[in-house]
Amino acid sequence: MFSLDLAGTRAALRRREFSARELTQAYLGAIEALNPRLNAYITVTPELALRHAQAADAALARGEAGNLTGIPLAIKDLFCTAGVRTTAGSRILSPFVPPYESTVTANLLRDGAVFLGKANLDEFAMGSSNMTSAYGPVTNPWARRGGHAPLVPGGSSGGSAAAVAARLALGATATDTGGSIRQPASFCGIAGIKPTYGRCSRWGILAFASSLDQAGPLARTVEDCAIMLRSMAGHDVKDSTSADQPVPDFAAACRRGVKGLRIGVPREYRSDGMPPEIEALWQQGLAWLREAGAAIVDVSLPHTKYGLATYYIVAPAEASSNLARYDGVRFGARTEGADLIEMYENTRAAGFGAEVKRRVLIGTYVLSAGYYDAYYLRAQKVRALILRDFTEVFAHVDALVTPTAPSAAFAQGERMDDPVKMYLNDVFTVPANMAGIPGLSVPAGLDAEGLPLGLQVLGKPFDEETVFAVGAALERAAGLTAVPAVWAGGASR
Amino acid sequence: MSYAIEGATGAWEVVIGLEVHAQVISQAKLFSGAATAFGAEPNAQVSFVDAAFPGMLPVINRECVAQAVRTGLGLRAQINLVSRFDRKNYFYPDLPAGYQISQYAHPIVGTGVIEIELADGSTRAIGVTRLHLEQDAGKSLHDQHPSKSYIDLNRSGVALMEIVSEPDLRSPEEAGTYIRKLRSILRYLGTCDGNMEEGSLRADVNVSVRKPGEPYRTRCEVKNVNSIRFVMQAIEAEATRQVRVWEDGGAVVQETRLFDSAHGVTRSMRSKEDAHDYRYFPDPDLLPLVLDAAWVEAMRADLPELPDEKRARFVRDYGLSPYDAGVLVAEQATALYFEAVARGRDAKQAANWVTGDLFATLNRTGRTIEDSPVSAAALGRMLDLMADGTINGRIAKDVFEAMAESGEAPDALVEKRGLRQVTDTAAIDAAVAKVLAANPDKVAEYRGGKEKIYGFLVGQVMREMRGKGNPALVNEALKRVL
Repeated sequence: MFSLDLAGTRAALRRREFSARELTQAYLGAIEALNPRLNAYITVTPELALRHAQAADAALARGEAGNLTGIPLAIKDLFCTAGVRTTAGSRILSPFVPPYESTVTANLLRDGAVFLGKANLDEFAMGSSNMTSAYGPVTNPWARRGGHAPLVPGGSSGGSAAAVAARLALGATATDTGGSIRQPASFCGIAGIKPTYGRCSRWGILAFASSLDQAGPLARTVEDCAIMLRSMAGHDVKDSTSADQPVPDFAAACRRGVKGLRIGVPREYRSDGMPPEIEALWQQGLAWLREAGAAIVDVSLPHTKYGLATYYIVAPAEASSNLARYDGVRFGARTEGADLIEMYENTRAAGFGAEVKRRVLIGTYVLSAGYYDAYYLRAQKVRALILRDFTEVFAHVDALVTPTAPSAAFAQGERMDDPVKMYLNDVFTVPANMAGIPGLSVPAGLDAEGLPLGLQVLGKPFDEETVFAVGAALERAAGLTAVPAVWAGGASR
Repeated sequence: MSYAIEGATGAWEVVIGLEVHAQVISQAKLFSGAATAFGAEPNAQVSFVDAAFPGMLPVINRECVAQAVRTGLGLRAQINLVSRFDRKNYFYPDLPAGYQISQYAHPIVGTGVIEIELADGSTRAIGVTRLHLEQDAGKSLHDQHPSKSYIDLNRSGVALMEIVSEPDLRSPEEAGTYIRKLRSILRYLGTCDGNMEEGSLRADVNVSVRKPGEPYRTRCEVKNVNSIRFVMQAIEAEATRQVRVWEDGGAVVQETRLFDSAHGVTRSMRSKEDAHDYRYFPDPDLLPLVLDAAWVEAMRADLPELPDEKRARFVRDYGLSPYDAGVLVAEQATALYFEAVARGRDAKQAANWVTGDLFATLNRTGRTIEDSPVSAAALGRMLDLMADGTINGRIAKDVFEAMAESGEAPDALVEKRGLRQVTDTAAIDAAVAKVLAANPDKVAEYRGGKEKIYGFLVGQVMREMRGKGNPALVNEALKRVL
């Protein structure tokens, strides 16, 4: 059962090889066995999962299976789920049970999905290692060859990625503000796509940086992501920034091939400090695409070098405002104080972790009178230039291919001393958020220590289909069969 | 300079600008579907958006946008086809999101003008700087518990229009007149009910003083004044305070103040140093608000006749004095009532009855013209009875009183109470004869040249006839005999 991916499981369910209930029970069993080691889930919801499975079996029996009927999924704990605690990985929301369901998760339920539980994440999705979660770090199911040091799964969607990689879910919802889907996908050897900004509704997702946040799927294969995205996406009148665009059959696009496509290679992504293995994998990926009939074109995105700096102005600025509502007045945790101001201070001091506080401070600073023009306004102008770079390049090419992250998964505790070093993880992923374009990470190889590495495919706004076509071609060519050290049904179980 | 504060060093001119917050009339709030009715149980009209629950997003209410555009058109202002919403960040328990969504840099309405008419008959054009849409905050209730404050979020998210004037006002009277005129326009447009007691209309007052001819000096802002009377008192109190500060050799510091109506003084609320840094930035949850020019034009074509136009028409078409016309158009309901009475009748007479007996009756009974005890149709019918000679002007006063009390139709009252005017000359002659016989001394006085006695005799005859005598015929008969 665990060797089947989402598409395979869906076919098996429809053939009634096993029931949704049996499948769900198997996944719940795997979570029970492995989650204590991985900490991929903050909250497991067995009763809810079995209820969803029962409904799925009934639908399957009636021959009314939806896109995802009976498929067990993990839900990043940033999506509000009605009646199920939603923490955002933060102490400040430890008692918060939303009475409403986010649009994306409601869409998944509409299409028959089974929710296993809420996946761990960096606090309020701020982090690239899942080390900032108030509910403990997540351990990457992969380990260095012969090594024992627990590795990070990446972040912020680290729990979602670890759960999928370890077969504790067939797919997971995730969000990506600066790389939070793609970097963990790369670190955990799975696929993940951040769709075009506006493709998925943000309604009911706890906001980190509203102009950058975008939901997307994490799954074992590119096609699995395509299947999930079809259910997640769609216009929502409750989100003014959601796009009124038709949702195509993304899975069909995975079979298109790349013959005749022009693939751009942005020269600014070739950084001096890039490990040779990653450079080699990148060249290998381009060679595969060339062999499959694509033309490879060198392109320039001249403002790339400003991407990270401007991102770390825009995202904290929006976050500082978005997180003001966590004040202990109406919901969540409150720490009392002698007066109102002290209650605010105590609540937020106790409720937020160090990284969240750091970003709230940065964001408050860059929006302050006297600094706004120099930081926020300037960053927005650079952002417009980054978008223009992409717009100009996409007049000549159909997609871009780059590495997803500048390294493979690192050990828990590494890079914790210097936030800037941690922020550098996002250097290749941030530009897609700044420009709002779709970006997919596809597992393309292993490094010398046996750790997975991903390649990133970037595409035109609302042209996820081409992104899927290129990603699937890379995936086919790579033909990876390696499995993580820890996985349900694996030897180490 | 008509109004001035007399200080030890001479006269000081007062410079006033107003920021009026007008609650938009709409079924739902600015960014949520929650209801907006006044007087509901605390927290009965609160959506998850209004309470800023995690993951909730604002969606602009089209009707509120239309109301703002209508108001802008009514103020003869520029409508900005592209405007934007910003976040104004500060912490307060009745501000659930920790920010207010407002329009800081790019308001929906630009410069306009409001014409005010002053008591001396002159008019002044007061500049409107801008109108923008923003959310109201909730309300903190401090009197519900000895040590805790309670929060009522019913108002949270309700749409407000902030209408900012230029510093063009020069006296408390002008400020009061400006607010009354603005309120009248808003009510004509149906965009704000203007009810200051319920908080639908509130004003922040910016006041500074200067010697005539000087540039502006430092101003202070008196926040949240909730009646026209208090606005006028607050201006006087604040201007007087500032004059004292300057004349004592000090300097007015820019700050926010509150008006203490019980003591008639303003008090410092926070100084410029303590002022919030609101960290305005464009709200990333909302796209720029883009209006269709044709939609705006359709609304312009749909505007009702506004007070200034109506006043001009009343002067032109009904021959009223500008003053009477101004009184009649101040409230749309009064204007409607007047026109219903005046149509096809003597308009000046109609105006006199409306501004005289009707207003007096409404004042005395505490009723509004919308629920006037005498309908426009009834008053009109009564004027008809006067015109055709059925009743005389004196009896009309009694008929009006009776209508106000009983609500009965004038014809029925005249019949029932026998108030029909007497035109029978025999009856009039008899009454005249009786009065003259009873007052030989007065008759002698009159004949001796004391002409003032004539009025007394007329009064006696009318009294004899219980007021129903036709005045012209009574005159004729009396003069003939005398």
